[in-house]
Amino acid sequence: MVRVLVNVPKRVRAGEPFEVKLLISHPMESGQRRDATGGAIPRDIIRDLECTMAGETVLHLSLFPAIAANPFLAFSAVARTGGDLVIRFTDDHGTTQTETVAIAVE
Amino acid sequence: MTRCLALPLAAMLILGAGDAPRSGYDDASPAVRAMQDDDAANPGFLWVAQGEALWSQPAGPAGKSCASCHGEAADSMRGVAARYPVVDPHLNRPVTLDQRIEQCRVGRQGASPLPAESDARLALAVFVGLQSRGQPMAVAADGAAQPFLQEGRRLFETRMGQFNLSCAQCHDGLAGQRLAGSTIPQGHPNGYPEYRLEWQGMGSLHRRIRNCTTGVRAEPIDADSPAFAALALYLGWRASGLRVETPAVRP
Repeated sequence: MVRVLVNVPKRVRAGEPFEVKLLISHPMESGQRRDATGGAIPRDIIRDLECTMAGETVLHLSLFPAIAANPFLAFSAVARTGGDLVIRFTDDHGTTQTETVAIAVE
Repeated sequence: MTRCLALPLAAMLILGAGDAPRSGYDDASPAVRAMQDDDAANPGFLWVAQGEALWSQPAGPAGKSCASCHGEAADSMRGVAARYPVVDPHLNRPVTLDQRIEQCRVGRQGASPLPAESDARLALAVFVGLQSRGQPMAVAADGAAQPFLQEGRRLFETRMGQFNLSCAQCHDGLAGQRLAGSTIPQGHPNGYPEYRLEWQGMGSLHRRIRNCTTGVRAEPIDADSPAFAALALYLGWRASGLRVETPAVRP
């Protein structure tokens, strides 16, 4: 389990875009570095991230090396009705984590 | 001719006397500042979230958490980070906030010590530090703290290492000028633990000072030594009036 902070505005209006800000604590090890004994440090990055809103895909990302540790992602989404904003990501270890934030529209 | 010389001299003297301490924030790039200003973009808040959880999580045989004694951190820890390090009357030496948290954890909770620079230890320190964000640094320099302040100042001004440099030569004498590509900051401890992009992570004041001491090829000062506590006390006092920025973001 890595630490994830999902930030959405307190008030979201139906049909109007709002900003989603994501902070994920992840080493984003590039696979290019070597440890003290000269051995390669295996790559460990988040390679796939998907965000859905009430079941509909808002964003689907494929990530590559050269992204700093603890990545910050910001994007816009539109909610027509209320529902769960679900963020799901998978890293090189195959670990998948899901974060859910309930969005109520007004 | 005399007048032409006297004017800039007078201006320099006035500037010198009225120089308020300058936070590293003011020397950082707009992008780094924006990162610190937005709690949703500041990676330090990943540690804050962990610290908040640890605050109310029982540790040790008595099953007590920080919150069992101290209650709401927002009330009980407000302003604490601004006045640390303080002189502990029982130990008769200054203790840093990080050392105080460990004292509480080991001595009162009876829990196992947290390794230095571990996520958990930094998380607790940053969570406690955040409760003082925006308050002016006010480390006491009188009474029992006086001799330690002098000791800290002496260390700050002592040349060390193969490069034979003191902290003061750069951070007092050359602050604002350039060391390779970076601006030399005044070296104030008002944002620790802080997130450094260079580290790609969180670190304590001790880690930062260790960077500097190894940089001048000197022997690093041990984190638990009285010397480090005295230096931290002097640095804290030297930053008097600067706002606490924990968790700061620096390049």
